[in-house]
Amino acid sequence: MTNDILNILDNAKTPLSNEKIANMLGKDEAEVAKIIKGLEKDNVIVGYKTLINWEKTDRDLVTSIIELRISPQRGEGFDKVAEKIYKYPQVKSLFLMSGSYDLCVVIEGQSMKDVALFVASKLAPMDNVLSTSTSFVLKKYKDDGLVFYNNEEDTRQVITL
Amino acid sequence: MMDYEKILTKTVQGIAPSGIRKFFDVVATMPDAISLGVGEPDFVTPWSIREAGIYSLEKGRTHYTANAGLLELREEICAYTQRKYGISYDPKSEVLVTVGGSEAIDLAIRCLINAGDEVIIPEPCFVCYKPCTVMAGGVPVTIETKEEDGFRLLPGQLKNAITDKTKLLILPFPNNPTGGIMSKSDLQAIAEVLKGTDIMVLSDEIYGELIYDGDGHTPFSAIDGMRERTIVINGFSKAFAMTGWRLGYALGPSPIIKSMTKVHQYCIMSSPTTSQFAAIEALRSCDDDVERMRQEYNYRRRFIVDGFRNMGLSCFEPLGAFYAFPCIKSLGMTSEDFATSLLKEEKVAVVPGNAFGESGEGFIRCSYAYSIDNIEEALSRISRFVEKHK
Repeated sequence: MTNDILNILDNAKTPLSNEKIANMLGKDEAEVAKIIKGLEKDNVIVGYKTLINWEKTDRDLVTSIIELRISPQRGEGFDKVAEKIYKYPQVKSLFLMSGSYDLCVVIEGQSMKDVALFVASKLAPMDNVLSTSTSFVLKKYKDDGLVFYNNEEDTRQVITL
Repeated sequence: MMDYEKILTKTVQGIAPSGIRKFFDVVATMPDAISLGVGEPDFVTPWSIREAGIYSLEKGRTHYTANAGLLELREEICAYTQRKYGISYDPKSEVLVTVGGSEAIDLAIRCLINAGDEVIIPEPCFVCYKPCTVMAGGVPVTIETKEEDGFRLLPGQLKNAITDKTKLLILPFPNNPTGGIMSKSDLQAIAEVLKGTDIMVLSDEIYGELIYDGDGHTPFSAIDGMRERTIVINGFSKAFAMTGWRLGYALGPSPIIKSMTKVHQYCIMSSPTTSQFAAIEALRSCDDDVERMRQEYNYRRRFIVDGFRNMGLSCFEPLGAFYAFPCIKSLGMTSEDFATSLLKEEKVAVVPGNAFGESGEGFIRCSYAYSIDNIEEALSRISRFVEKHK
Protein backbone atom coordinates (compact mmCIF):
# COMPACT_ATOMS: atom_id res chain seq x y z
CA MET A 1 0.00 0.00 0.00
CA THR A 2 2.88 2.40 0.73
CA ASN A 3 4.08 2.09 -2.85
CA ASP A 4 0.54 2.67 -4.13
CA ILE A 5 0.26 5.84 -2.09
CA LEU A 6 3.62 7.09 -3.31
CA ASN A 7 2.69 6.22 -6.87
CA ILE A 8 -0.57 8.18 -6.61
CA LEU A 9 1.13 11.20 -5.04
CA ASP A 10 3.99 11.09 -7.54
CA ASN A 11 1.59 11.21 -10.49
CA ALA A 12 -0.99 13.58 -9.05
CA LYS A 13 -1.46 16.73 -11.06
CA THR A 14 -3.65 18.35 -8.42
CA PRO A 15 -3.45 18.21 -4.61
CA LEU A 16 -5.15 15.10 -3.24
CA SER A 17 -6.84 14.79 0.13
CA ASN A 18 -6.17 11.72 2.24
CA GLU A 19 -9.84 10.83 1.83
CA LYS A 20 -9.51 10.81 -1.93
CA ILE A 21 -6.37 8.68 -1.82
CA ALA A 22 -8.10 6.28 0.56
CA ASN A 23 -11.05 6.00 -1.84
CA MET A 24 -8.75 5.35 -4.78
CA LEU A 25 -7.15 2.50 -2.88
CA GLY A 26 -10.27 1.16 -1.21
CA LYS A 27 -8.64 1.71 2.20
CA ASP A 28 -9.45 3.50 5.40
CA GLU A 29 -8.69 7.22 5.47
CA ALA A 30 -7.09 7.10 8.92
CA GLU A 31 -4.77 4.33 7.79
CA VAL A 32 -3.70 6.31 4.71
CA ALA A 33 -3.15 9.44 6.82
CA LYS A 34 -0.96 7.48 9.20
CA ILE A 35 1.20 6.04 6.44
CA ILE A 36 1.62 9.45 4.82
CA LYS A 37 2.58 11.03 8.14
CA GLY A 38 5.17 8.29 8.59
CA LEU A 39 6.56 8.85 5.10
CA GLU A 40 6.82 12.58 5.75
CA LYS A 41 8.55 11.98 9.05
CA ASP A 42 11.06 9.60 7.47
CA ASN A 43 11.69 12.14 4.72
CA VAL A 44 10.59 9.62 2.09
CA ILE A 45 8.10 12.28 1.13
CA VAL A 46 10.47 15.25 1.11
CA GLY A 47 7.86 17.88 0.35
CA TYR A 48 5.03 19.02 -1.90
CA LYS A 49 5.76 21.53 -4.65
CA THR A 50 3.74 23.32 -7.28
CA LEU A 51 5.09 23.35 -10.81
CA ILE A 52 4.67 26.83 -12.28
CA ASN A 53 5.16 27.97 -15.83
CA TRP A 54 6.70 31.36 -15.00
CA GLU A 55 6.82 32.27 -18.64
CA LYS A 56 3.10 32.86 -18.45
CA THR A 57 3.53 35.37 -15.64
CA ASP A 58 5.18 38.78 -15.52
CA ARG A 59 7.94 37.56 -13.24
CA ASP A 60 11.37 37.52 -14.83
CA LEU A 61 13.09 34.24 -14.19
CA VAL A 62 16.19 32.71 -15.67
CA THR A 63 17.16 29.09 -15.12
CA SER A 64 20.66 27.87 -15.75
CA ILE A 65 22.48 24.61 -15.46
CA ILE A 66 26.05 24.78 -14.22
CA GLU A 67 28.47 21.93 -14.59
CA LEU A 68 31.08 21.92 -11.85
CA ARG A 69 34.28 19.96 -11.71
CA ILE A 70 35.36 19.42 -8.13
CA SER A 71 38.35 17.96 -6.36
CA PRO A 72 36.85 15.76 -3.67
CA GLN A 73 37.96 16.28 -0.08
CA ARG A 74 39.72 13.62 1.88
CA GLY A 75 37.27 11.75 4.08
CA GLU A 76 34.33 13.82 2.85
CA GLY A 77 34.15 13.07 -0.85
CA PHE A 78 31.82 15.50 -2.56
CA ASP A 79 29.29 15.84 0.24
CA LYS A 80 30.93 18.74 2.07
CA VAL A 81 31.24 20.84 -1.09
CA ALA A 82 27.74 19.89 -2.12
CA GLU A 83 26.39 21.06 1.22
CA LYS A 84 28.13 24.40 0.88
CA ILE A 85 26.49 24.82 -2.50
CA TYR A 86 22.95 23.66 -1.83
CA LYS A 87 22.57 25.95 1.14
CA TYR A 88 22.28 28.91 -1.22
CA PRO A 89 18.58 29.58 -1.86
CA GLN A 90 19.37 30.35 -5.50
CA VAL A 91 20.27 26.68 -5.99
CA LYS A 92 17.13 24.94 -7.17
CA SER A 93 18.61 21.48 -7.60
CA LEU A 94 21.94 19.81 -7.10
CA PHE A 95 23.03 16.42 -8.38
CA LEU A 96 26.25 14.44 -8.14
CA MET A 97 26.98 13.14 -11.63
CA SER A 98 28.93 10.43 -13.33
CA GLY A 99 30.83 11.43 -16.46
CA SER A 100 32.96 14.39 -17.41
CA TYR A 101 31.94 16.67 -14.54
CA ASP A 102 30.95 16.15 -10.92
CA LEU A 103 28.14 18.41 -9.76
CA CYS A 104 25.17 19.62 -11.74
CA VAL A 105 23.77 22.81 -10.21
CA VAL A 106 20.45 24.24 -11.30
CA ILE A 107 20.22 27.92 -10.48
CA GLU A 108 17.33 30.32 -10.74
CA GLY A 109 17.79 34.08 -10.86
CA GLN A 110 16.10 37.21 -12.14
CA SER A 111 18.49 37.75 -15.01
CA MET A 112 21.44 36.18 -16.77
CA LYS A 113 23.65 38.73 -15.06
CA ASP A 114 22.23 37.68 -11.73
CA VAL A 115 23.16 34.07 -12.37
CA ALA A 116 26.56 34.89 -13.84
CA LEU A 117 27.41 36.99 -10.80
CA PHE A 118 26.39 34.21 -8.48
CA VAL A 119 28.64 31.76 -10.31
CA ALA A 120 31.55 34.18 -10.43
CA SER A 121 31.29 35.35 -6.83
CA LYS A 122 30.09 32.24 -5.00
CA LEU A 123 30.74 29.02 -6.91
CA ALA A 124 33.93 29.59 -8.90
CA PRO A 125 36.02 30.84 -5.98
CA MET A 126 35.26 27.86 -3.76
CA ASP A 127 38.36 25.96 -2.73
CA ASN A 128 37.53 22.67 -4.35
CA VAL A 129 35.89 23.93 -7.50
CA LEU A 130 38.21 23.30 -10.45
CA SER A 131 35.98 24.66 -13.23
CA THR A 132 32.46 25.85 -14.04
CA SER A 133 30.48 25.75 -17.26
CA THR A 134 27.21 27.65 -17.35
CA SER A 135 24.31 27.02 -19.77
CA PHE A 136 21.05 28.95 -19.76
CA VAL A 137 17.65 27.35 -20.25
CA LEU A 138 15.88 29.05 -23.15
CA LYS A 139 12.55 27.26 -22.99
CA LYS A 140 11.01 24.63 -20.77
CA TYR A 141 9.01 22.04 -22.70
CA LYS A 142 8.58 19.51 -19.95
CA ASP A 143 9.62 19.48 -16.33
CA ASP A 144 9.20 16.82 -13.67
CA GLY A 145 6.97 14.74 -15.93
CA LEU A 146 4.61 17.54 -16.86
CA VAL A 147 4.37 19.08 -20.31
CA PHE A 148 4.26 22.89 -20.32
CA TYR A 149 2.48 23.42 -23.60
CA ASN A 150 0.16 20.46 -24.00
CA ASN A 151 -1.92 20.50 -27.13
CA GLU A 152 -3.49 17.07 -26.71
CA GLU A 153 -7.06 17.74 -25.71
CA ASP A 154 -9.84 15.24 -25.11
CA THR A 155 -11.29 14.86 -28.60
CA ARG A 156 -13.43 11.81 -27.87
CA GLN A 157 -17.06 11.61 -28.93
CA VAL A 158 -19.26 12.48 -25.97
CA ILE A 159 -20.92 9.07 -25.93
CA THR A 160 -19.76 5.80 -27.43
CA LEU A 161 -20.99 2.34 -26.53
CA MET B 1 -39.92 9.28 -55.61
CA MET B 2 -37.97 6.22 -54.62
CA ASP B 3 -39.65 4.16 -51.95
CA TYR B 4 -36.58 3.33 -49.89
CA GLU B 5 -38.53 1.11 -47.59
CA LYS B 6 -39.00 -1.22 -50.52
CA ILE B 7 -35.42 -0.82 -51.62
CA LEU B 8 -33.65 -1.52 -48.32
CA THR B 9 -33.57 -5.17 -47.29
CA LYS B 10 -36.08 -6.40 -44.76
CA THR B 11 -33.23 -7.64 -42.61
CA VAL B 12 -31.60 -4.26 -42.35
CA GLN B 13 -34.89 -2.54 -41.71
CA GLY B 14 -35.63 -5.10 -39.04
CA ILE B 15 -32.60 -4.04 -37.03
CA ALA B 16 -33.75 -1.52 -34.46
CA PRO B 17 -31.82 1.73 -34.44
CA SER B 18 -30.09 2.45 -31.16
CA GLY B 19 -32.84 3.20 -28.65
CA ILE B 20 -30.92 6.08 -27.17
CA ARG B 21 -30.33 7.96 -30.40
CA LYS B 22 -32.45 10.86 -29.18
CA PHE B 23 -30.44 11.01 -26.00
CA PHE B 24 -27.20 11.14 -27.99
CA ASP B 25 -28.56 14.05 -30.00
CA VAL B 26 -29.35 16.03 -26.86
CA VAL B 27 -25.90 15.40 -25.40
CA ALA B 28 -24.31 16.55 -28.63
CA THR B 29 -25.93 19.97 -28.23
CA MET B 30 -24.50 20.44 -24.74
CA PRO B 31 -20.77 21.04 -25.05
CA ASP B 32 -20.49 21.98 -21.36
CA ALA B 33 -21.93 18.70 -20.12
CA ILE B 34 -19.63 16.37 -18.19
CA SER B 35 -19.72 12.98 -19.81
CA LEU B 36 -19.22 9.59 -18.24
CA GLY B 37 -20.52 8.10 -21.45
CA VAL B 38 -17.42 7.27 -23.41
CA GLY B 39 -16.48 3.68 -24.19
CA GLU B 40 -12.82 4.31 -24.87
CA PRO B 41 -9.66 5.18 -22.90
CA ASP B 42 -8.98 8.82 -22.10
CA PHE B 43 -5.27 8.12 -22.53
CA VAL B 44 -3.73 9.00 -25.85
CA THR B 45 -1.87 6.11 -27.51
CA PRO B 46 1.59 5.79 -25.88
CA TRP B 47 4.12 7.84 -27.80
CA SER B 48 6.40 4.96 -28.80
CA ILE B 49 3.43 3.34 -30.58
CA ARG B 50 2.48 6.55 -32.36
CA GLU B 51 6.11 7.07 -33.30
CA ALA B 52 6.32 3.58 -34.79
CA GLY B 53 3.29 4.39 -36.97
CA ILE B 54 4.89 7.65 -38.09
CA TYR B 55 8.18 5.89 -38.84
CA SER B 56 6.40 3.34 -41.03
CA LEU B 57 4.92 6.23 -43.02
CA GLU B 58 8.35 7.83 -43.38
CA LYS B 59 9.65 4.56 -44.73
CA GLY B 60 6.88 4.53 -47.30
CA ARG B 61 5.05 1.53 -45.87
CA THR B 62 1.78 2.69 -47.39
CA HIS B 63 0.71 -0.42 -49.31
CA TYR B 64 -1.67 -3.30 -48.66
CA THR B 65 -0.35 -6.01 -46.40
CA ALA B 66 -1.06 -9.73 -46.61
CA ASN B 67 -4.82 -10.31 -46.23
CA ALA B 68 -4.41 -11.86 -42.80
CA GLY B 69 -2.11 -9.01 -41.70
CA LEU B 70 1.66 -8.50 -41.63
CA LEU B 71 3.27 -11.81 -40.76
CA GLU B 72 5.56 -9.94 -38.37
CA LEU B 73 2.50 -8.65 -36.50
CA ARG B 74 0.84 -12.06 -36.44
CA GLU B 75 4.05 -13.49 -35.00
CA GLU B 76 4.05 -10.81 -32.31
CA ILE B 77 0.39 -11.50 -31.51
CA CYS B 78 1.18 -15.19 -31.04
CA ALA B 79 4.30 -14.45 -29.00
CA TYR B 80 2.25 -12.08 -26.80
CA THR B 81 -0.53 -14.64 -26.30
CA GLN B 82 2.04 -17.28 -25.41
CA ARG B 83 3.94 -14.99 -23.06
CA LYS B 84 0.83 -13.66 -21.29
CA TYR B 85 -1.46 -16.65 -21.23
CA GLY B 86 0.66 -19.65 -22.18
CA ILE B 87 -1.43 -20.60 -25.20
CA SER B 88 0.25 -21.16 -28.55
CA TYR B 89 -1.24 -20.24 -31.91
CA ASP B 90 0.32 -20.61 -35.34
CA PRO B 91 0.99 -17.16 -36.83
CA LYS B 92 0.58 -18.48 -40.36
CA SER B 93 -2.81 -20.15 -40.02
CA GLU B 94 -4.51 -19.32 -36.73
CA VAL B 95 -4.49 -15.51 -36.59
CA LEU B 96 -6.37 -12.87 -38.55
CA VAL B 97 -5.73 -9.15 -38.11
CA THR B 98 -8.98 -7.22 -38.46
CA VAL B 99 -10.37 -3.69 -38.47
CA GLY B 100 -11.04 -3.54 -34.74
CA GLY B 101 -12.45 -6.39 -32.70
CA SER B 102 -15.83 -5.53 -34.20
CA GLU B 103 -14.91 -6.77 -37.66
CA ALA B 104 -13.63 -10.02 -36.20
CA ILE B 105 -16.94 -10.50 -34.37
CA ASP B 106 -18.93 -9.90 -37.55
CA LEU B 107 -16.71 -12.25 -39.58
CA ALA B 108 -16.88 -15.03 -37.03
CA ILE B 109 -20.66 -14.87 -36.84
CA ARG B 110 -21.01 -14.73 -40.61
CA CYS B 111 -18.73 -17.72 -41.04
CA LEU B 112 -20.53 -19.84 -38.47
CA ILE B 113 -24.22 -19.02 -38.71
CA ASN B 114 -26.66 -20.59 -41.14
CA ALA B 115 -30.21 -19.29 -41.36
CA GLY B 116 -32.10 -20.31 -38.25
CA ASP B 117 -29.05 -21.14 -36.13
CA GLU B 118 -29.31 -19.92 -32.58
CA VAL B 119 -26.68 -17.71 -30.96
CA ILE B 120 -26.65 -17.49 -27.18
CA ILE B 121 -25.86 -13.99 -25.94
CA PRO B 122 -25.51 -13.15 -22.25
CA GLU B 123 -26.89 -9.66 -21.58
CA PRO B 124 -26.30 -6.86 -20.67
CA CYS B 125 -23.52 -6.76 -23.22
CA PHE B 126 -21.93 -4.73 -25.97
CA VAL B 127 -24.41 -3.86 -28.68
CA CYS B 128 -23.11 -5.59 -31.81
CA TYR B 129 -23.71 -9.30 -31.23
CA LYS B 130 -27.46 -9.23 -31.79
CA PRO B 131 -27.51 -7.23 -35.05
CA CYS B 132 -24.56 -9.24 -36.41
CA THR B 133 -26.47 -12.43 -35.66
CA VAL B 134 -29.63 -11.13 -37.31
CA MET B 135 -27.71 -9.92 -40.35
CA ALA B 136 -26.30 -13.42 -40.73
CA GLY B 137 -29.81 -14.91 -40.58
CA GLY B 138 -29.30 -16.31 -37.09
CA VAL B 139 -31.59 -16.15 -34.10
CA PRO B 140 -30.30 -14.38 -30.97
CA VAL B 141 -31.14 -16.13 -27.72
CA THR B 142 -30.38 -13.88 -24.77
CA ILE B 143 -29.59 -14.89 -21.21
CA GLU B 144 -29.92 -12.33 -18.44
CA THR B 145 -26.85 -12.17 -16.22
CA LYS B 146 -27.71 -10.86 -12.77
CA GLU B 147 -26.09 -8.43 -10.40
CA GLU B 148 -26.34 -10.93 -7.54
CA ASP B 149 -24.38 -13.45 -9.65
CA GLY B 150 -21.66 -10.88 -10.35
CA PHE B 151 -23.08 -10.49 -13.86
CA ARG B 152 -21.50 -13.85 -14.69
CA LEU B 153 -22.96 -16.45 -17.00
CA LEU B 154 -23.93 -19.44 -14.87
CA PRO B 155 -23.62 -22.98 -16.23
CA GLY B 156 -27.25 -23.74 -15.33
CA GLN B 157 -28.47 -20.76 -17.32
CA LEU B 158 -26.45 -21.88 -20.30
CA LYS B 159 -27.73 -25.44 -20.08
CA ASN B 160 -31.33 -24.21 -20.09
CA ALA B 161 -30.74 -22.05 -23.15
CA ILE B 162 -29.19 -24.74 -25.31
CA THR B 163 -31.42 -26.32 -27.98
CA ASP B 164 -30.81 -28.49 -31.06
CA LYS B 165 -30.34 -25.28 -33.00
CA THR B 166 -27.70 -23.72 -30.78
CA LYS B 167 -24.63 -23.03 -32.87
CA LEU B 168 -22.66 -20.38 -31.06
CA LEU B 169 -22.16 -19.01 -27.57
CA ILE B 170 -20.92 -15.46 -27.16
CA LEU B 171 -18.75 -14.92 -24.08
CA PRO B 172 -18.43 -11.15 -23.64
CA PHE B 173 -16.09 -11.02 -20.64
CA PRO B 174 -14.65 -8.84 -19.14
CA ASN B 175 -17.99 -7.25 -19.79
CA ASN B 176 -19.01 -3.90 -21.18
CA PRO B 177 -21.20 -2.44 -19.56
CA THR B 178 -21.24 -4.36 -16.25
CA GLY B 179 -17.54 -4.84 -15.54
CA GLY B 180 -18.30 -8.47 -14.70
CA ILE B 181 -15.61 -11.08 -15.33
CA MET B 182 -15.46 -14.86 -15.50
CA SER B 183 -12.77 -16.49 -13.39
CA LYS B 184 -10.96 -19.59 -14.54
CA SER B 185 -13.26 -21.81 -12.50
CA ASP B 186 -16.34 -20.00 -13.85
CA LEU B 187 -15.09 -20.73 -17.36
CA GLN B 188 -14.36 -24.35 -16.47
CA ALA B 189 -17.97 -24.76 -15.38
CA ILE B 190 -19.14 -23.35 -18.73
CA ALA B 191 -16.75 -25.70 -20.51
CA GLU B 192 -18.33 -28.66 -18.72
CA VAL B 193 -21.70 -27.76 -20.23
CA LEU B 194 -20.23 -27.44 -23.72
CA LYS B 195 -18.23 -30.67 -23.71
CA GLY B 196 -19.77 -33.26 -25.99
CA THR B 197 -21.64 -30.66 -28.05
CA ASP B 198 -20.65 -28.98 -31.33
CA ILE B 199 -21.40 -25.53 -29.97
CA MET B 200 -18.77 -22.97 -30.91
CA VAL B 201 -17.68 -20.13 -28.65
CA LEU B 202 -16.88 -16.58 -29.60
CA SER B 203 -14.97 -15.18 -26.65
CA ASP B 204 -14.75 -11.41 -26.90
CA GLU B 205 -11.76 -10.62 -24.72
CA ILE B 206 -11.11 -7.06 -25.85
CA TYR B 207 -10.93 -5.95 -22.18
CA GLY B 208 -8.84 -8.95 -21.14
CA GLU B 209 -5.82 -6.85 -20.20
CA LEU B 210 -7.94 -4.63 -17.94
CA ILE B 211 -8.72 -6.87 -14.98
CA TYR B 212 -8.43 -5.75 -11.37
CA ASP B 213 -8.45 -8.89 -9.30
CA GLY B 214 -5.30 -10.76 -8.50
CA ASP B 215 -5.77 -13.78 -10.75
CA GLY B 216 -5.84 -11.88 -14.02
CA HIS B 217 -7.50 -12.93 -17.23
CA THR B 218 -7.97 -16.44 -18.59
CA PRO B 219 -8.75 -16.76 -22.30
CA PHE B 220 -11.51 -19.30 -22.90
CA SER B 221 -9.24 -21.24 -25.27
CA ALA B 222 -6.92 -21.89 -22.32
CA ILE B 223 -9.60 -24.04 -20.69
CA ASP B 224 -9.00 -27.72 -21.16
CA GLY B 225 -10.62 -28.99 -24.36
CA MET B 226 -11.99 -25.60 -25.45
CA ARG B 227 -9.32 -24.46 -27.90
CA GLU B 228 -10.83 -26.39 -30.81
CA ARG B 229 -14.22 -24.69 -30.42
CA THR B 230 -13.13 -21.17 -29.49
CA ILE B 231 -12.54 -18.02 -31.46
CA VAL B 232 -10.81 -15.49 -29.23
CA ILE B 233 -11.37 -11.86 -30.17
CA ASN B 234 -8.89 -9.31 -28.91
CA GLY B 235 -7.40 -6.07 -30.13
CA PHE B 236 -5.44 -2.94 -29.43
CA SER B 237 -8.20 -0.42 -28.70
CA LYS B 238 -8.64 -0.78 -24.97
CA ALA B 239 -5.39 -2.07 -23.48
CA PHE B 240 -3.12 0.06 -25.64
CA ALA B 241 -5.49 3.04 -25.95
CA MET B 242 -5.60 2.65 -29.74
CA THR B 243 -9.32 2.93 -30.54
CA GLY B 244 -8.87 5.24 -33.52
CA TRP B 245 -6.30 2.96 -35.15
CA ARG B 246 -9.05 0.39 -35.71
CA LEU B 247 -7.10 -2.78 -35.16
CA GLY B 248 -8.12 -6.08 -33.64
CA TYR B 249 -7.55 -9.76 -34.22
CA ALA B 250 -9.08 -13.19 -34.03
CA LEU B 251 -7.34 -16.35 -32.83
CA GLY B 252 -8.86 -19.72 -33.61
CA PRO B 253 -8.68 -23.10 -35.32
CA SER B 254 -7.17 -22.78 -38.79
CA PRO B 255 -10.23 -23.83 -40.88
CA ILE B 256 -12.25 -21.08 -39.24
CA ILE B 257 -9.56 -18.42 -39.46
CA LYS B 258 -9.08 -19.42 -43.09
CA SER B 259 -12.78 -18.83 -43.83
CA MET B 260 -12.83 -15.55 -41.92
CA THR B 261 -9.76 -14.45 -43.88
CA LYS B 262 -11.62 -15.24 -47.09
CA VAL B 263 -14.50 -12.91 -46.18
CA HIS B 264 -12.08 -10.30 -44.81
CA GLN B 265 -10.19 -10.41 -48.13
CA TYR B 266 -13.34 -9.56 -50.09
CA CYS B 267 -14.69 -6.92 -47.72
CA ILE B 268 -11.60 -5.21 -46.38
CA MET B 269 -8.57 -6.53 -48.29
CA SER B 270 -6.19 -5.90 -45.41
CA SER B 271 -6.28 -3.93 -42.17
CA PRO B 272 -4.71 -0.47 -42.10
CA THR B 273 -0.97 -0.80 -42.68
CA THR B 274 0.14 2.09 -40.47
CA SER B 275 -1.88 0.68 -37.60
CA GLN B 276 -0.31 -2.72 -38.05
CA PHE B 277 3.21 -1.33 -37.79
CA ALA B 278 2.22 0.64 -34.70
CA ALA B 279 0.70 -2.51 -33.19
CA ILE B 280 3.98 -4.42 -33.54
CA GLU B 281 5.61 -1.83 -31.29
CA ALA B 282 2.67 -2.02 -28.88
CA LEU B 283 3.07 -5.77 -28.38
CA ARG B 284 6.85 -5.68 -28.30
CA SER B 285 7.58 -2.96 -25.82
CA CYS B 286 4.54 -1.46 -24.14
CA ASP B 287 3.74 -3.81 -21.25
CA ASP B 288 4.72 -1.03 -18.83
CA ASP B 289 2.36 1.45 -20.48
CA VAL B 290 -0.52 -1.03 -20.27
CA GLU B 291 0.23 -1.66 -16.60
CA ARG B 292 0.45 2.07 -15.86
CA MET B 293 -2.96 2.66 -17.43
CA ARG B 294 -4.49 -0.37 -15.72
CA GLN B 295 -3.22 0.89 -12.39
CA GLU B 296 -4.72 4.30 -13.05
CA TYR B 297 -8.10 2.78 -14.02
CA ASN B 298 -7.99 0.73 -10.86
CA TYR B 299 -7.66 3.86 -8.68
CA ARG B 300 -10.54 5.49 -10.49
CA ARG B 301 -12.62 2.31 -10.30
CA ARG B 302 -12.46 2.21 -6.52
CA PHE B 303 -13.11 5.91 -6.35
CA ILE B 304 -16.23 5.85 -8.49
CA VAL B 305 -17.73 2.71 -6.93
CA ASP B 306 -17.19 4.19 -3.51
CA GLY B 307 -18.85 7.40 -4.68
CA PHE B 308 -22.00 5.62 -5.87
CA ARG B 309 -22.27 3.55 -2.70
CA ASN B 310 -21.88 6.66 -0.57
CA MET B 311 -24.91 8.20 -2.25
CA GLY B 312 -26.92 5.14 -1.32
CA LEU B 313 -26.98 3.43 -4.72
CA SER B 314 -26.21 -0.25 -4.94
CA CYS B 315 -23.14 -0.61 -7.12
CA PHE B 316 -21.69 -3.94 -8.17
CA GLU B 317 -17.90 -4.00 -7.88
CA PRO B 318 -16.66 -4.19 -11.46
CA LEU B 319 -13.55 -6.34 -11.82
CA GLY B 320 -12.77 -5.66 -15.46
CA ALA B 321 -13.04 -3.10 -18.28
CA PHE B 322 -13.57 0.56 -17.26
CA TYR B 323 -17.24 0.88 -16.41
CA ALA B 324 -19.27 1.08 -13.23
CA PHE B 325 -22.86 -0.13 -13.49
CA PRO B 326 -24.80 1.25 -10.52
CA CYS B 327 -28.40 0.26 -9.95
CA ILE B 328 -30.92 3.12 -9.91
CA LYS B 329 -34.07 1.06 -9.30
CA SER B 330 -34.44 2.53 -5.81
CA LEU B 331 -35.31 5.90 -7.37
CA GLY B 332 -38.30 4.49 -9.20
CA MET B 333 -37.20 5.80 -12.59
CA THR B 334 -36.39 4.00 -15.80
CA SER B 335 -32.78 4.11 -16.94
CA GLU B 336 -33.67 6.44 -19.78
CA ASP B 337 -35.63 8.81 -17.53
CA PHE B 338 -32.73 8.87 -15.12
CA ALA B 339 -30.19 9.61 -17.85
CA THR B 340 -32.37 12.24 -19.52
CA SER B 341 -33.24 14.06 -16.29
CA LEU B 342 -29.67 13.87 -15.03
CA LEU B 343 -28.46 15.44 -18.23
CA LYS B 344 -31.08 18.15 -18.09
CA GLU B 345 -30.77 18.99 -14.41
CA GLU B 346 -27.08 18.44 -13.73
CA LYS B 347 -25.49 18.25 -17.16
CA VAL B 348 -23.92 14.86 -16.66
CA ALA B 349 -24.14 12.30 -19.45
CA VAL B 350 -24.32 8.59 -18.59
CA VAL B 351 -25.59 5.72 -20.72
CA PRO B 352 -28.91 4.10 -19.74
CA GLY B 353 -28.39 0.41 -19.01
CA ASN B 354 -31.12 -0.74 -21.38
CA ALA B 355 -28.92 0.33 -24.29
CA PHE B 356 -27.11 -2.96 -23.58
CA GLY B 357 -30.19 -5.16 -23.59
CA GLU B 358 -33.46 -5.19 -21.70
CA SER B 359 -31.81 -6.73 -18.67
CA GLY B 360 -29.76 -3.53 -18.32
CA GLU B 361 -32.94 -1.69 -17.37
CA GLY B 362 -32.64 -0.19 -13.91
CA PHE B 363 -28.91 0.44 -14.29
CA ILE B 364 -26.74 3.16 -15.77
CA ARG B 365 -23.31 2.72 -17.31
CA CYS B 366 -20.71 5.18 -16.09
CA SER B 367 -17.29 5.03 -17.67
CA TYR B 368 -14.33 5.79 -15.45
CA ALA B 369 -12.00 6.45 -18.37
CA TYR B 370 -11.76 10.02 -17.08
CA SER B 371 -9.48 11.94 -14.76
CA ILE B 372 -10.20 11.67 -11.05
CA ASP B 373 -11.15 15.37 -11.00
CA ASN B 374 -13.69 14.84 -13.74
CA ILE B 375 -15.14 11.80 -11.97
CA GLU B 376 -15.27 13.67 -8.68
CA GLU B 377 -17.21 16.54 -10.21
CA ALA B 378 -19.60 14.16 -11.98
CA LEU B 379 -20.16 12.20 -8.77
CA SER B 380 -20.98 15.32 -6.80
CA ARG B 381 -23.57 16.33 -9.40
CA ILE B 382 -25.08 12.84 -9.56
CA SER B 383 -25.20 12.76 -5.78
CA ARG B 384 -27.14 16.04 -5.73
CA PHE B 385 -29.51 14.61 -8.34
CA VAL B 386 -30.05 11.37 -6.43
CA GLU B 387 -30.67 13.28 -3.20
CA LYS B 388 -33.30 15.40 -4.92
CA HIS B 389 -35.17 12.45 -6.41
CA LYS B 390 -35.01 10.01 -3.50
